[in-house]
Amino acid sequence: MKIIVCIKQVPDTNEVRIDPIKGTLIREGVPSIINPDDLCGLEAALALKDAHGFHITALSMGPPQADVALREALAMGCDAAFLVSDRAFGGADTWATSKTLAGAIQKLGFDLIITGRQAIDGDTAQVGPQIAEHLGIPQATYAHNVEKVCGENAFVVERLFEDCRQKVKVKAPCLITAISGAGAPRYMTVAGIVAAYDEKTVDMLTFEDLKGFVDEGDIGLKGSPTQVRKSYPKAAKGQGIVHEVSEDEAVEIIVNKLKEGGLI
Amino acid sequence: MILIICEQRDGILHKVSLELIGKARELATDNRVVALLLGHKIEGLARTLVDHGADKVIFADDEILAQYMTEPYAKAACAAIRQENPEIVLIGATYIGRDLGPRIAARIKTGLTADCTFLEIDAETGELLMTRPAFGGNLMATIVCPNHRPQMATVRPGVMLAAEPAARNGEVARLDISFEAADANIEILETTKISKEAVDITKANVLISGGRGMGGDFSDLRRLAEILGGELAASRAAVDAGHAEKAAQVGQTGKTVRPDLYIAAGISGAVQHTAGMEESALTIAINKDPAAPIFDVADIGIVGNVARIVPKLNAGLLEVISNR
Repeated sequence: MKIIVCIKQVPDTNEVRIDPIKGTLIREGVPSIINPDDLCGLEAALALKDAHGFHITALSMGPPQADVALREALAMGCDAAFLVSDRAFGGADTWATSKTLAGAIQKLGFDLIITGRQAIDGDTAQVGPQIAEHLGIPQATYAHNVEKVCGENAFVVERLFEDCRQKVKVKAPCLITAISGAGAPRYMTVAGIVAAYDEKTVDMLTFEDLKGFVDEGDIGLKGSPTQVRKSYPKAAKGQGIVHEVSEDEAVEIIVNKLKEGGLI
Repeated sequence: MILIICEQRDGILHKVSLELIGKARELATDNRVVALLLGHKIEGLARTLVDHGADKVIFADDEILAQYMTEPYAKAACAAIRQENPEIVLIGATYIGRDLGPRIAARIKTGLTADCTFLEIDAETGELLMTRPAFGGNLMATIVCPNHRPQMATVRPGVMLAAEPAARNGEVARLDISFEAADANIEILETTKISKEAVDITKANVLISGGRGMGGDFSDLRRLAEILGGELAASRAAVDAGHAEKAAQVGQTGKTVRPDLYIAAGISGAVQHTAGMEESALTIAINKDPAAPIFDVADIGIVGNVARIVPKLNAGLLEVISNR
């Protein structure tokens, strides 16, 4: 069986700050990481590899720097890595991104696709299901555990919703979106890191390579139904009073405020 | 015309459906709001949708729709969209809505904006302006869908207001659709409700919320919550560190809350967090860093050591209560 895991390199949004004067994101010094949910997807795939010896391909779409994220996936134990990268793909929204990735996945061939549920820079959770739709295959979202069914080309997926847990069976080919599961994502090993740079390769897929799998009108900015009209930093409420006082005075202030509000 | 894809589970409507109908009534330039209701033996819910502002309810009732599955629901929703040809389609940004929405948008080739917190119509172009937090809530982005219809958005539960129900008249019509066995392309083996008396923090009047600054010890905060009759909540940092339940997480990737009182203890207040609590009526923040952004959204800010202030606050409150 062949598993493709989609990963995205993202800025660590916990570290992102806003320039208070220009109102823009300060990106300098913000570390790039593999999106956390995608790490969970990698772990789910590698656990299936441990148990069944499946072949795991890591796939990413992004600028050439995303090579680092794919090397990390190789160092964790993936067998192959591809980076979909071309200026023509730039400015893609979730529709065009999923269409492009679906084209690459079709070219590579697969039995199972695993994506993270959502990326921390966009938080849309749309690319996984939209890849599944473009490929016409079933999806099982919010998966925290995936197991192969013995003797069948199918998986049992444990899913987590707001108010329930669900166990579903889904036949390959299919797509699963991963959330954090029982096993924490594994670390890269030293041997894995050496192999990722010395033995394994990250192969580029440009628009030229994907011709026949995705149309020019469906990629990049042109292929994107949505556009960003504007972005702006969130306005702060900024009406509060900040007290730098002794602990006893602080308690008094809070207690009085709660009394005033009828909360005690 | 605006189409709302409503959500029900086990015959109970999700409140976001009513919130979206309320918002759609404000937005619809032709003043027409249609609700789509999918499920099995759910026709009785149509009345509620009409009373909350739907002009028309289209429903599909089939055994295959009894429990949510992506494909049958996507098939029915796409049929309804093709039949009604709406300008705008709104879906609640619940787990189900975020599983279903992208599938529909990909199938009918239109844009979908996820997890919106603000919607308005551009007075000049008539386009729907869909605003949502991005980069973990650090930025707000306004998205448009100029050349494709319908304009689709999933909308965060708890941010729009449902209209007060009133006895209204509305049309109720069955959607013309049939299903095949192959539409059930996954097999649901088992569904287990998460009981563990899962507290719904969105319904609490008082929330005591802890962050990374608590160092993993929530015992004093739990005591404070007991004293004030509130519930515990947490920031993403605390949940990620395993110090609190995911269900208690407030913020962009957690829940949106608007309690009467929100006490933020040891929470720095990244926009990712404040996006989920800034509508609280009274916010009190305690943090050791005088520059912490949580103070920008707090009514009362206390600069100091949470581990020392909270126990003293608990003692102070108990004294006030016992002296009554």
